[in-house]
Amino acid sequence: MADEEVELSDEQKKEIAKWFLLNAPPGEIQFVAKDVKKILNDDELYHEAASEAFPQYNKSHMICIEMPGRVGDVIITPFNELEENEFLDPRTAQVAIIDNIKQVCTEVRPALDEELPSAYVEEFRCAVDIEIARYVGEVYPKGVCSVYCVNGKDAEEPESDFELAVVIAAARHSPQNFCNGSWRSTWNIEFKSDFQALEIRGKMQVGAHYFEEGNVQLDAKHECNDSTILQAPEDCAVAIANIIRHHEAEYLASLETSYSNLPDTTFKDLRRKLPVTRTLFPWHNTSQFSLTRDIAKELGIGK
Amino acid sequence: MEAAMGLMRRMPPKHSETALSALLTLLPHHSSDLLSQVDQPLQVLCDVDNGKEFILCEYNRDADSYRSPWSNKYHPPLEDGAMPSIDLRKLEIEANEVFTIYRDQYYEGGISSVYMWEDDDDSFVGCFLIKKDGSKTGHGRRGVLQEGAWDAIHVIEVRLEDEGTASYCLTSTVMLSLTTNNNAAGTFSLSGSIRRQMKMKLSVAEGHLCNMGRMIEEMESKLRNSLDQVYFGKTKEMVCTLRPPLEVVHMKLPDK
Repeated sequence: MADEEVELSDEQKKEIAKWFLLNAPPGEIQFVAKDVKKILNDDELYHEAASEAFPQYNKSHMICIEMPGRVGDVIITPFNELEENEFLDPRTAQVAIIDNIKQVCTEVRPALDEELPSAYVEEFRCAVDIEIARYVGEVYPKGVCSVYCVNGKDAEEPESDFELAVVIAAARHSPQNFCNGSWRSTWNIEFKSDFQALEIRGKMQVGAHYFEEGNVQLDAKHECNDSTILQAPEDCAVAIANIIRHHEAEYLASLETSYSNLPDTTFKDLRRKLPVTRTLFPWHNTSQFSLTRDIAKELGIGK
Repeated sequence: MEAAMGLMRRMPPKHSETALSALLTLLPHHSSDLLSQVDQPLQVLCDVDNGKEFILCEYNRDADSYRSPWSNKYHPPLEDGAMPSIDLRKLEIEANEVFTIYRDQYYEGGISSVYMWEDDDDSFVGCFLIKKDGSKTGHGRRGVLQEGAWDAIHVIEVRLEDEGTASYCLTSTVMLSLTTNNNAAGTFSLSGSIRRQMKMKLSVAEGHLCNMGRMIEEMESKLRNSLDQVYFGKTKEMVCTLRPPLEVVHMKLPDK
């Protein structure tokens, strides 16, 4: 390799800084940011990189931020983003104004009428929210969830189509135990009046990082589809929650299977626990392997 | 440097190459520190003399050339490239032969290389390297891995002591990543790197290679075991903390 001393442009440096920030494991972006800032040694450039990377990271990790005044939590997702720093919480009909880099909510304001779905859609949204919250409360010790209308929010008539998005996020940060992790799932539900049907698309993603004297990360993803019939809001909500519960439980079981396959199949393809001979390697008697020379003799130097 | 090492501890291990090259471009004046402190996936070259592949590392490098343990020649050719002494080269040849068999028994494939060089009068260093591609398209016997990489780096310092003993200091790093992919379970990917050290004072009656080999075998088994049990186990534990398996939930429900 030639020693090219090409000075990087600020744009390139910023892209590299963003790459590090966006690849931060769940809950670790602030730690990564501290190191990136030191390495860049240029506050202005760091700030530019951070102000582009943090909003993206917050949304893709679907972080949960507490709103002031005990109103509740708001989840940061692409589905409820009004402005880069404004996120709707449909359950409380509040809009959280957040500081993306500090990852805090600075202010809340009531949502405007035009930011909320029509009464017709809201009836469905609210029913689904209640069922999903019940499910999440039962199954995720620290889960949060929300339901957004992402398409056709002004639909007034039973003949019109709309789309809801269910978001479930659970994060666990315990840096004192060198472990962080997050579960994120999103479920898009299209209400199709022509077919009297609901089309459901699910995406689940799990990440975990264990870093005591090492660095080991799990990154798992899965997508699936399902459908059900269009019914009254409460019945739809129960059907949706059941479908989600079923797929998520199945996915968790498949993750457990992946883990239990590790020792005897998956990991074995990298390195076996024991040699093919099933006994430790005969280092004391390696001469048996050598056809050309007698290496049972003293080896080594200086003797 | 401290911040750079901090980042390497957090970036996904399967992206360690990208992370390292990013750091090298941001911190060109720390490049030698970075290259010596950050372990990176091993690279391979083909020995033109016999078509056998060998592994590249700092220990068989001189200028921009790398010495093959098979032909003892530098690739690309280099005049006056550093060479081990005749005795040490003898040990290096033996070590490569034996380690090839060891590697085949544990890895069912892969590539290995051993390099030796003199440190000072009564000490030398050996570097034992293994690289295995365990994917379906590589050397994966069971054909379960979409992607699977294992790199092991063992650097062992040997210092001769009195009365036929020697002290051995082994530093080992394992880097691995494995990905399975199927319709039912989606993409499942684990990647990691750990480094450990082991020191021993042993009699040289059975020879250095025997002592080094046993230490490396013990260390590799330990590292594999702790990756399997501790590190993978901890990430599984985390998944189960985020969303406990159903049995647990069912057991809890009647209490409510």
